[in-house]
Amino acid sequence: MDETPRTPPRFSATFTPHVLAEIRRAAATGIYDIRGAGAKRHLPHFDDLLFLGASISRYPLEGYRERCGTGVVLGARHAKRPIELKIPITIAGMSFGSLSAQAKEALGRGASIAGTSTTTGDGGMTNEEREHSQTLVYQVLPSRYDMNPDDLRRADAIEVVIGQGAKPGGGGMLLGQKVSERVAGMRNLPAGIDQRSASRHPDWTGPDDLQIKLQELREITDWQKPIYVKVGASRPYYDTALAVKAGADVVVIDGMQGGTAATQDVFIENVGIPTLAAIRPAVRALEELGMYRKVQLIISGGIRSGADVAKALALGADAVSIGTAALVALGDNDPAHEAAYQKLGTTAGAYDDWHEGRDPAGITTQDPVLAARLDPVLAGRRLANYLAVMTLEAQTIARACGKSHLHALEPEDLVALTIESAAMAGVKLAGTDWIPGQGQL
Amino acid sequence: MTQRAFARVVDLEQASVRDLNQALHDLGSDSNATHWQVINPRGRHALAVGLDAEVTVEIDGHAGYYCAGMNKRANVIVRGNVGVGAAENMMSGFVHVHGDASQAAGATARGGMLLIDGNAAARCGISLKGGDIVVKGSVGHMSAFMAQAGTLVVLGDAGDSLGDSIYEAHLYVRGTVAGLGADCIEKPLADRHRAELHARLQQAGLAGQVDIGSFRRYGSARDLYHFHVDHADAY
Repeated sequence: MDETPRTPPRFSATFTPHVLAEIRRAAATGIYDIRGAGAKRHLPHFDDLLFLGASISRYPLEGYRERCGTGVVLGARHAKRPIELKIPITIAGMSFGSLSAQAKEALGRGASIAGTSTTTGDGGMTNEEREHSQTLVYQVLPSRYDMNPDDLRRADAIEVVIGQGAKPGGGGMLLGQKVSERVAGMRNLPAGIDQRSASRHPDWTGPDDLQIKLQELREITDWQKPIYVKVGASRPYYDTALAVKAGADVVVIDGMQGGTAATQDVFIENVGIPTLAAIRPAVRALEELGMYRKVQLIISGGIRSGADVAKALALGADAVSIGTAALVALGDNDPAHEAAYQKLGTTAGAYDDWHEGRDPAGITTQDPVLAARLDPVLAGRRLANYLAVMTLEAQTIARACGKSHLHALEPEDLVALTIESAAMAGVKLAGTDWIPGQGQL
Repeated sequence: MTQRAFARVVDLEQASVRDLNQALHDLGSDSNATHWQVINPRGRHALAVGLDAEVTVEIDGHAGYYCAGMNKRANVIVRGNVGVGAAENMMSGFVHVHGDASQAAGATARGGMLLIDGNAAARCGISLKGGDIVVKGSVGHMSAFMAQAGTLVVLGDAGDSLGDSIYEAHLYVRGTVAGLGADCIEKPLADRHRAELHARLQQAGLAGQVDIGSFRRYGSARDLYHFHVDHADAY
């Protein structure tokens, strides 16, 4: 032995290379990091749950013979014209402004082929979006950009947005480089300047006011449209109860894995709770109020596959909503653009500077040259394909659990791989009869 | 209350708010029912909301939240006070409140005029997007917060943090201003602003009654139009 053994370089588990790089970046620039997408940290998620499947005591359905329903009706509590969707997977609200017109059109096309809804965003409704969306949900946001009664009336449903999972309690900012003449015109602001989206609604405060606000929206639309209330997951039990009390037809809860167009990284990673932790408290609130299945629950934030859909529904959701996954289906972060991503200092799969408007895929941009790269017809077809696969996957699992409809899935069909996920989902730890956290709220 | 001739009268002790709004929504472009009178409103919410017709609606008494919300084209007169969010997100038309207005009067209004004879509480004209508001009394704190376009004319005083984070709206105040919000500054009252102010006052039926020279103008310093770390103290 010629050399004395040496201790190899050891990185800190606290001061990881990523943490060190962020400290250096902050020291050099004096400003926090802003990015798109949702929480990237590891979180208890649907991956931590497994279905039990049929056995001697459970009888499965034939996979290619027996029907497994997927339809869902949203908004029958108060609305004269509830929404009927073929599949329980909807497209989440994303704004024209953060997304190109082509991307919005593609979302509408894909959702319509699949028989589901898409949603406007913090920038109003475009004609392309309305024209190509069979079922369109119109968001009423704190900024009220392009808010108008005509679009309220030509929408199929209304979603009052209190918050989103990536930033519960936070507003937003569309940086000037994405504020084209068209975007600015829709927002009643000069082109090229940063456009702040408020964190609070301008004309109501608290649940009692919200009830009156919903009444106004119903009166304006002659009680025709379902009204959703969307919150970022933080206090799902109380928010669900208050939304129901305010008169919501549908409650939408977005976990912290849900994406945003642009928010501080520190906000995305440290505010809110995981999607998995939000479902059961919301369902409990509905059950206690006698409103389970009467007021529908839509869950979003990190839904990626039919397995995720089935798990969310088994835990009590009526439907799920996807945003990031839908953008990926359109072409976001596709390795085909790797050379362009490298020029931006990133790589396919990690690109999240959606706020900068330089998206090589032409999705999160207002640059006409970049936006023209996205073929809305082709991208819409890709989204429809993806939605079809998710639905088939969810049906496959449901049949294996002996369910003739996705809504027949139940928590008893699931077990958890970790104590944390068992506690959050309220299901047994696999191989045990133990549900951690029961009796606690 | 004396009922005016030729008006369709809706007594909210007999009919519901739903009945009232549906009847107003059902008005065709050729309807002769162009004058409506609402009696016994008793502070009910969402009165005369979502109108889109050349019609006059007179509300004899106090109205609750969101009176004349999202109004288009209609002329809504309230012979009383109004609750939160009067004429919110108005697109066009004219809303005249004879009494006082609660918070967020004219919030996000994109067109039309809101005239308030009395005072308006906090956040009057919040996120204003092109509408015009004239308040003959005073306005509360945080009025014209994040106001983007349009005008707010105040014949009385303005509360604290007027025009906080304002964009391109024009603010005219005749009385005292308790304090200006972030990025809001006093600006010269140039001839074109005098003309604009005169036009608004004329529209409100106040031309000649008020000395335009007694107003001071406030607007955006435009220092916060692009986020910069050096301005962090302002946020």
